Amino acid sequence: MQGIPIQPEQASTIAQSVDHLYFFITAVTLFFSVLIFSTIFYFMIKYRRRSPDERPKAIEGSLPLEILWTAVPTLIVALFFVWGSTLYFQNSEAPPGAMEIFVTGKQWMWKVEHPEGQREINELHVPLGHPVKLTMTSEDVIHDFFVPAFRVKKDVLPGRYTTMWFEPTKLGTFHLFCAQYCGAFHAGMIGSVIVVEPDEYESWLQGGVQGETMEAAGARLFKENGCVTCHLADGSGPAPSLAGVYGNTVHLTNGQTVTADDAYIRESILSPAAKIVRGYQPVMPSFQGQLSEEQILDLVAYIRSIGLSQGNAKEKQQEEGKK
Amino acid sequence: MPEPHAEHAEHIGLAHQFEDLSQQHDADTFGIWLFLVTEIMFFGGLFLGYAVLRWLYFAAFDGGSHVLDIRLGAINTVVLLGSSLTMALSVRSAQTGNRRALVLFLTLTMILGGVFLGIKAYEYHQKFAEHIVPTLDWAPEGEVLARLAPGGLNHAELYFFLYFAMTGLHALHMIIGMGLLFWLIRRARRGSFTPSYFAPVEVVGLYWHFVDIVWIFLFPLLYLIGGRY
Amino acid sequence: MSTATLEPRVQSPRNYLNADYGWKSWLFTVDHKRIALLYMASITFFFVIGGFFAFLMRLHLIEPQGALVQPETYNKLFTLHGVIMIFFFLIPSIPAVLGNFLVPLMIGARDLAFPKLNLLSWYIYIVGGLFTLYSAIAGGVDTGWTFYTPYSSTYSNTQVTAVAVGVFITGFSSILTGLNFIVTIHKMRAPGLTWFRLPLFLWAIYATSIIMTLGTPVLAITIFLLALEHLFHVGIFSPQLGGDPLLFQHLFWFYSHPAVYIMILPAMGVVSEIIACFARKRIFGYKIVGFSSVAIAVLGFLVWGHHMFVTGQSVYAGLIFSFLSFLVAIPSAIKVFNWTSTLYKGSISYEAPMLYALGFIGLFTMGGLTGMFLASLATDVHLNGTYFIVAHFHYIMVGGAVMGYLGGLHFWWPKISGRKYPNGWAMLSAAIIFIGFNLTFFPQFILGYLGMPRRYAFYPAEFQVLNVMSSAGASILGIGYLIPLVYFIWSMRYGPVAEANPWGATGLEWQTPSPPPTENFAEIPVVTEEAYAYSAEEEASRA
Repeated sequence: MQGIPIQPEQASTIAQSVDHLYFFITAVTLFFSVLIFSTIFYFMIKYRRRSPDERPKAIEGSLPLEILWTAVPTLIVALFFVWGSTLYFQNSEAPPGAMEIFVTGKQWMWKVEHPEGQREINELHVPLGHPVKLTMTSEDVIHDFFVPAFRVKKDVLPGRYTTMWFEPTKLGTFHLFCAQYCGAFHAGMIGSVIVVEPDEYESWLQGGVQGETMEAAGARLFKENGCVTCHLADGSGPAPSLAGVYGNTVHLTNGQTVTADDAYIRESILSPAAKIVRGYQPVMPSFQGQLSEEQILDLVAYIRSIGLSQGNAKEKQQEEGKK
Repeated sequence: MPEPHAEHAEHIGLAHQFEDLSQQHDADTFGIWLFLVTEIMFFGGLFLGYAVLRWLYFAAFDGGSHVLDIRLGAINTVVLLGSSLTMALSVRSAQTGNRRALVLFLTLTMILGGVFLGIKAYEYHQKFAEHIVPTLDWAPEGEVLARLAPGGLNHAELYFFLYFAMTGLHALHMIIGMGLLFWLIRRARRGSFTPSYFAPVEVVGLYWHFVDIVWIFLFPLLYLIGGRY
Repeated sequence: MSTATLEPRVQSPRNYLNADYGWKSWLFTVDHKRIALLYMASITFFFVIGGFFAFLMRLHLIEPQGALVQPETYNKLFTLHGVIMIFFFLIPSIPAVLGNFLVPLMIGARDLAFPKLNLLSWYIYIVGGLFTLYSAIAGGVDTGWTFYTPYSSTYSNTQVTAVAVGVFITGFSSILTGLNFIVTIHKMRAPGLTWFRLPLFLWAIYATSIIMTLGTPVLAITIFLLALEHLFHVGIFSPQLGGDPLLFQHLFWFYSHPAVYIMILPAMGVVSEIIACFARKRIFGYKIVGFSSVAIAVLGFLVWGHHMFVTGQSVYAGLIFSFLSFLVAIPSAIKVFNWTSTLYKGSISYEAPMLYALGFIGLFTMGGLTGMFLASLATDVHLNGTYFIVAHFHYIMVGGAVMGYLGGLHFWWPKISGRKYPNGWAMLSAAIIFIGFNLTFFPQFILGYLGMPRRYAFYPAEFQVLNVMSSAGASILGIGYLIPLVYFIWSMRYGPVAEANPWGATGLEWQTPSPPPTENFAEIPVVTEEAYAYSAEEEASRA
């Protein structure tokens, strides 16, 4: 297209509202800039020195004016603050039922894992009109997952998970950039977010190289790494059963309680001594260096899955027991 | 620090930018207080790091703290407090024009400082002997290993990194303080200080007290984590 | 101010420049005016190096695939450009050059409170600079001036330790200079010079000094820990070792945000002096402007988290930092309104210093207003890490701080050197700088909103047009900076001799000869009038 664009495409549910705020701030700041600059120009011309003996009268100040030009900017920035914060708050939590996709960043590529097992490098296929929540971590340094067309970005950190969400509203291919300097080929850590019709997305998921789902991979790793030896399903081993754990409250030996979320599970695998479940000994070895971030995400997916199905089974048992 | 001018006896120690000795004294003491505030900000970053890491890895900090020699730490605390006393007494001696007492107390302060540094050096030596020096010699064994393992050896290494960083920075400040004391003793013996001009003694005194106070914080934070029952 | 005839070489009266000769009299001086000139030469040297790196960067970016260097080299260029410009040019600039020269003169003192400490500060700055130069020559640094971990502590294999040592050492120059200024302003004001009679430049320097003294130590300890971590691979910032990379960011930005106020507040002080003189009127709302400087310094310590909105920190932290970031903008806005009001019913003349001051107001206002987009959480999510940020901070630091520094140099040059520079050339370069600057950086706002991230050694082709525009502007800007370098040096030998008060300004520094004698004043002045006593009545009571 001819000419220079001034905004990227609006391809997500929030893009338009972000643009509205952006253009509103632009309009207000433009208005006040023009106001200030034209006042200055006007004074510059009207009060230019006409003779070297001019001695203007001293004007100390004006309290009403000071109050005015303190109050008005304060009200304006308050408006920017409220609007920006509200929008930010609304966009901070993924809506329930958002499709989860997992991203691992590493120098200098993006590795994407769909729960169904489909993997991509530097590309992210998503269906149109459906909210997507990304859970992300880095294998090395800090990166940032940035999709200008969606108006979203989030830092991707080593050693922890960060999340972000979006809902695409347009079909097409959109830029994906790394937006946190990460070394030599930071500029090359780019890719595409490819938005397709939902049924096309389904068939894309089925097609291609058939891999295991993340849950199945996690189940396999759970056996291969010996987790199943101690974390017996009935809880009779030296480690707590993990059935039904995900998302619930866990009581620790130091008296604190935590929620068993993704970060907790990851920490328990890599630094088991940090949080010990009440009633258990600190005997679990660390798997630091033995599992990649992607494998850990697979294990998290597995533990989440046994949380849902077996949790229901447990609830049923308890209800049976009460009868 | 202003040098004495070879001028009228009343103006001993008055620097050229000041109108009179009282303005100079005011400026000097204000200056050192301001400098000490910057030192608080400087050490503050380390204390913040300590706070964050201790909150994250309490077990490792607990274990690491129990490996330190609490008796030596306690002795050092008493030694430094004593040196602050002798330092304060030397300022008083300067104020009252008692040159012999001034030299005596400054020397005592320096001796006590030396004792502190000697004990500290011995403690550092012990860490090497026990192989609990991060990166340079990290291979804990035996009882020490048993103490540190529960909290995670990696995190214990972090604790000792902080131990060396914080006590090392403190020791560096002590060494600088020793140098300042040495300089003061030389000037005191030459009779440079009078009841109307003794700002350098006061300034070094304030610095010394500050370094002492930092240790008062370091001792419980590093040596006294968890109980000793 | 014609320069057509060469002035005959008259025997100049004894002043600080000719009081003593030889390199020892300069390198071992304790005269604050000579130390100011030592700084002036050093920061100009670093400005040329940092500017050269910027020139290479903009040249490289005219082509999407990069026209000049390998990506690794580009990364080193932007890192060292940032480190040198921030730590070795901008932060010292006005305080160490104009502040050192003027603070004692403006308060009617013979020198700063601690002249030897002042000289030590310069040497510390030079040693830090040498370490940084070494890091550049011995392979460069590629971490970005922000040194984010774990890249800088564990992954980069460039000269991180050397540059960290350099920055660490130079920080003490800043701390000691600030300490010197605070004590001087508190304890050495001439009789009759109360706080509310001080020129606003001193209020600005005072506020700046608070930040320099309290904030820089935090940078020092942070950089010290980073160096230890890079060297010994044990640390508190690397997740691989159990550390926290965000802890580094909090500690780093706790200093580096107030640092930007170190860079802008003195420039605002310069602007106050220039506007008052060239409108021949007291600054409107003097007390409010003075307090605004202090308010900016205090509030500036509370907003560092706005650099971390997308790091995954809690939304509540984001809210608080966003709110405070908006608040800190208000005192700056108040200043702009007060400067504008000073022009009302003034008597305005347009020599070069005034052009720089007006240019400052325009560019700083734009830069500050673009900060609104970044303080607002929802827009910052989109704009963080893009060229919008680059444009924003260059508008303030170059459009603001550098213009302020140049304006101050042009205003006080006659006092410092005893010579005048050609006003026509000065006005021309002010215009060239203004135009070149806007051409360079305005397109970057658009690039940022379009989504081009910063620190990219190569980029998608669709961003090329705006990049070329920016690079074209940069070459114009470069020329604009070279011209003053030439005529200032020229003026030292061939410029017309300046009288004590060529601008007819108020202020104690103008009551002593140009250049001043080493002891500043034959007799310590006694102050009986308010600041900016430009009115006819006040002038009459002076006569």
